[in-house]
Amino acid sequence: MSTVTDPRTARRTRRRWVAPYTFLLPAGLLYLGFLAVPIGYAIFLSFRGLRVSGTGPFGVQEETWVGLSNYAATFADPEFLAGFGRLAVYGFIAVPLTLGLALTFALLLDLPRVAGARFARTAIFIPYAVPGVIASLLWGFLYLPSTSPLNFVLRRLGLDPINVLDGSMLFPSVANIAIWTGVGFNMIILYTSLRGIPGELYEAARLDGANEWHIAYRIKIPLVGPALVLTGLFALIGTLQVYGEPTTLRPMTNSISQTWVPLMKIYRDAFVRDDLSLAAASSVVLALGTLIVSVLLLRLAQRRTFGES
Amino acid sequence: MSTANAPRPTVIPLTGPAPARSRRPHRVLPTLVLLLGALYCLVPVAWVVIASTKSNSELFTTFTFAPGSGLLDNLRDLFSYGGGQFGQWALNSLIFAGFGSLACTLISTMAGFALAKYAFPGRQAVFYAILGGVLLPGITLAIPQYLLMSEIGLAGSYWSVLLPSLISPFGIYLARVYAASAIPNDTMEAARIDGAHDARIFTAVALPMMVPGMVTIFLLQFVGIWNNFLLPFIMLSDERMYPLTVGLYTLLSKGSGTPSLYSLAIIGAAVAIIPLVVMMLVLQRYWRLDLISGGIKG
Repeated sequence: MSTVTDPRTARRTRRRWVAPYTFLLPAGLLYLGFLAVPIGYAIFLSFRGLRVSGTGPFGVQEETWVGLSNYAATFADPEFLAGFGRLAVYGFIAVPLTLGLALTFALLLDLPRVAGARFARTAIFIPYAVPGVIASLLWGFLYLPSTSPLNFVLRRLGLDPINVLDGSMLFPSVANIAIWTGVGFNMIILYTSLRGIPGELYEAARLDGANEWHIAYRIKIPLVGPALVLTGLFALIGTLQVYGEPTTLRPMTNSISQTWVPLMKIYRDAFVRDDLSLAAASSVVLALGTLIVSVLLLRLAQRRTFGES
Repeated sequence: MSTANAPRPTVIPLTGPAPARSRRPHRVLPTLVLLLGALYCLVPVAWVVIASTKSNSELFTTFTFAPGSGLLDNLRDLFSYGGGQFGQWALNSLIFAGFGSLACTLISTMAGFALAKYAFPGRQAVFYAILGGVLLPGITLAIPQYLLMSEIGLAGSYWSVLLPSLISPFGIYLARVYAASAIPNDTMEAARIDGAHDARIFTAVALPMMVPGMVTIFLLQFVGIWNNFLLPFIMLSDERMYPLTVGLYTLLSKGSGTPSLYSLAIIGAAVAIIPLVVMMLVLQRYWRLDLISGGIKG
């Protein structure tokens, strides 16, 4: 038997500590360099700003500590708040429809004896491979009055063409792009999760006289709860960082301003107006908001899906 | 031979086993709804393929879903635009996505393996840091990342887009979940008794067992980087370094002034999505997306 002071044991114990740290080293360094430090730097910048120092006509602009004034400016900025308002409208359309369609398709795929399921599964998944910017470009042309198939038909029928990139149709039009690219991925996650449910559960339910609708509603949907929460979380985070789609559509319509969603305003502040401090403060607000919303959703979901059992 | 409780590599989420033939009739309504969904998803793709065959004048005069006669001209214009810029953009996308996702997969696998299979001080703290990173929207990071990159003089270089793509908290999380279920402790212990070092255990025992999980991380990250817009849009200023997403966006925004660029943007979009769609169709059998849905239970 070796004693505690056996040098071989000590060396082996030390080696067991060294190995995991070595495996974690590249990820750790990158995490620090590209996640932790940028966040720290953004927080630092958000407390700084340009102030005129000195008196009279010869005062010079100088970067100094300005406390919370960038945050005050962020929250007082009507355009930033309006951006969140537009984001909310967009999210209320995009998130429930993406999840609802994904769940519907997943449940239909999981039914026995459905023809064409394999084809539909692949077809619905394909838009996931299309970059958001290219998806916006495709839909943009389908929306654009001069190239839209709908308007081509309307004109042939002697009717007025409609512009879906204006007025009340703008939000559904932008949301549709996110729905189009997101449904397939969410559908696959929910579908794989459905297939993990043991078949005996269904057999028992069928013996008790349940039909497919009962099975879906009482067994399948509750059991894929965790996967639904996860897809919901992704959809929510995706909503808060909407940027590429409205930016790509902007050249096609006058209804999308330079500050349409928060990230677009942050981009303009940082790169068009050169106000990095304000952009940093807004970034921090957006990131904190996302984090809080995510944690709240997870908490709520945990109570719902796991608390009852 | 892999051990009994390692997941079978034949678990294919996208192409499951064909349903057993049954004499009972197929359901009509579910099929109809699914086909409608498929139609909705395929129409824009079909549109871009058809529109890419049209000359500029045909684009605005003929019915959207009627093929045109300008495919070869469009292709020639696309690849000669700006002295072959489009080819360069495609190559850049391939470099960013290919190299970035390969390296990211390896880094994530190592980290996930360490988190799943070793007990060490600080493990819980590291894991919470990674969960925090998963919840943090990657894109809100882009501006501070740019500021920092310009501080150290890397903004505008290939590295400024490549390096931030190498770290994926979600990839590490998936690797940890996968390693925990795919690598039996007994196998690790047996290798250790046989005198294998940790590095050898990782390369000879853990890596082969983690391949299906690694493929999933690789594909997720590849699509993620290929589709990324904001990060390269912010970081890069030299048009020759743009990936496809940013390049096509600049084409389109110039196109609002010169409609002749519209047909270039359209054929560019068609050419840009075809390789990715093909890759998806070919590789879908290796995806293990059940990892993502299964992960949250643990």
